[in-house]
Amino acid sequence: MLTVRSIHTYYDSIHALKGVSIHVAEGEIVTLIGANGAGKTTLVHTICGLLKPSRGSIHFYDRPIHVLPPEKIVSLGIALVPEGRQIFSTLSVEVNLEMGAFLYRNENDYAKEMKERMFQRFPVLRKRRHQLAGTLSGGEQQMLAIARALMSKPRLLILDEPSMGLAPLIVAEIFKIIQELREQGTTVLLIEQNARSALAIADRGYVLETGKVVLEGTGEALLEHSEVQRAYLGRETSRNWEV
Amino acid sequence: MDFIQYLFSGLTVGAIYALVALGYNIIYNVTEIINFAQGEFVMLGGLLAVFYREVLHFPLAFAFLASVVTVGFVGYFFERFVIRYAREQAVLSLIIITIAFSIVLKGSAMLFWGKDPYTLEPFTQGEPWIIFGAALQRQSLWVFLTGTAIVVGLSLFFSRSYYGKAMCACADNPVAARMVGIPVRKMIMLSFVLSAAIGAAGGVAITPLSLMEYDRGALLGLKGFGAAVLGGLGHFWGALVAGLFLGIAESMCAGYLSSGYKDAVALVALLLVLFVRPQGFFGNAEVGSIKRF
Ligand SMILES: Nc1ncnc2c1ncn2[C@@H]1O[C@H](COP(=O)(O)OP(=O)(O)OP(=O)(O)O)[C@@H](O)[C@H]1O
Ligand SMILES: [Mg+2]
Repeated sequence: MLTVRSIHTYYDSIHALKGVSIHVAEGEIVTLIGANGAGKTTLVHTICGLLKPSRGSIHFYDRPIHVLPPEKIVSLGIALVPEGRQIFSTLSVEVNLEMGAFLYRNENDYAKEMKERMFQRFPVLRKRRHQLAGTLSGGEQQMLAIARALMSKPRLLILDEPSMGLAPLIVAEIFKIIQELREQGTTVLLIEQNARSALAIADRGYVLETGKVVLEGTGEALLEHSEVQRAYLGRETSRNWEV
Repeated sequence: MDFIQYLFSGLTVGAIYALVALGYNIIYNVTEIINFAQGEFVMLGGLLAVFYREVLHFPLAFAFLASVVTVGFVGYFFERFVIRYAREQAVLSLIIITIAFSIVLKGSAMLFWGKDPYTLEPFTQGEPWIIFGAALQRQSLWVFLTGTAIVVGLSLFFSRSYYGKAMCACADNPVAARMVGIPVRKMIMLSFVLSAAIGAAGGVAITPLSLMEYDRGALLGLKGFGAAVLGGLGHFWGALVAGLFLGIAESMCAGYLSSGYKDAVALVALLLVLFVRPQGFFGNAEVGSIKRF
């Protein structure tokens, strides 16, 4: 459903993506792992239209989307749960959700129905619906960010490091939610530093290093791969330190 | 009673300062730009209403409406063809561009209308009311009503309507707003149109009381800015209270001290606030420290 073909993205003179190609098929969970600064967020922002690639193409259901503005891309069915959550902290939880459905603002009751669904899936948000989003705990804010993205009924949900800075219990809950979403038919592109958990639930994965895809394979294959184990799963590090 | 009389005139100009301050706040909230052309929108509103009424002989209500729409269009033009082309620049450069635009508006107004002040007939005819021995012009009430209606309308717009909430979202986090599919550029444009239209409404309402000429914008803009800062940049109710406060302080100063000092009141208040409480009466220090201005 999503095909990214050798894209190059720059920040002024910084060459952040150097010919990245990935694809995501309908119904998959695909994960993208890589060290800090590898270019994961840059890739995601390029897919969502927040950055324009200087070369290469991105197709969503055979439609070129690298030329479209972000709001068009959202309306085609791609939603982003951004790194660092990026909720509207001075607005209430409820308004945050409504903003996720901005593209459906003219459809009567759409936002209301979707809000109700989100409150069912995330009961804690119902309790906090009138509270300012900035006053939520980190875990609740992440739930809100996911719910906000789901408000537009995306076919492809992209999550950029959803486990960042959260307690293990909450992280487990978020991974559970991601699996449930897939079972209900949403395709997921998951960016993670937490490589072990991400690869465990992923069908396939990519490893990104300094703007290039250096490895790809099924989740299991990558978990077993010696390079991945050394660099991202923390095996053998103690031996390295002894040297 | 002098005091009541000063109070009435203070509240009347104060309502105008509040409207100018609201204009600043709307644009600031969505873009962090301080639009120093805000005062010129008031001037244009007044003079255009005179033009529509006296030259084209529109009925007064239509002249009011036509003036507001025209100035709203000026705001659209400003955003679409000036600000948008400079959008890569730092906020400070954009603010300087708004100063340049204000000079252009003022110059054009002078070419078109000359340097004489113009007047407009009051919205309703009649003797002033006498309240506690002080005279209250009917038009003062209109100014006040216009101001209140706009404040209430804006509050509802920003808290109830989808577009209003989306504008708040752009102000809160423009990147996230783009991520959820809010067309941020359109919201910025809307903020310029709204601010311009609001300024114009204030200008039309005040012209029957205090006349209007090409160079009134700068001082109105400055005092409105004082009110906006005093109330805490970005706060609507703060702008209203601070605007009225400045108007009353000015009018008391003119009455009890000397009218020569009255223009200094807003500036002294502005300086004091900047020294003592930079976030304004209602501003939040934490939010203030995050914002760039
Ligand atoms: N706004 C920016 N301006 C300039 N350079 C940037 C900008 N954002 C990212 N970069 C650079 O682009 C490269 C890729 O950054 P990116 O944020 O995509 O990495 P990442 O893989 O998401 O890292 P992390 O795991 O820390 O989130 C880095 O070298 C970074 O310094
Ligand atoms: Mg990142």
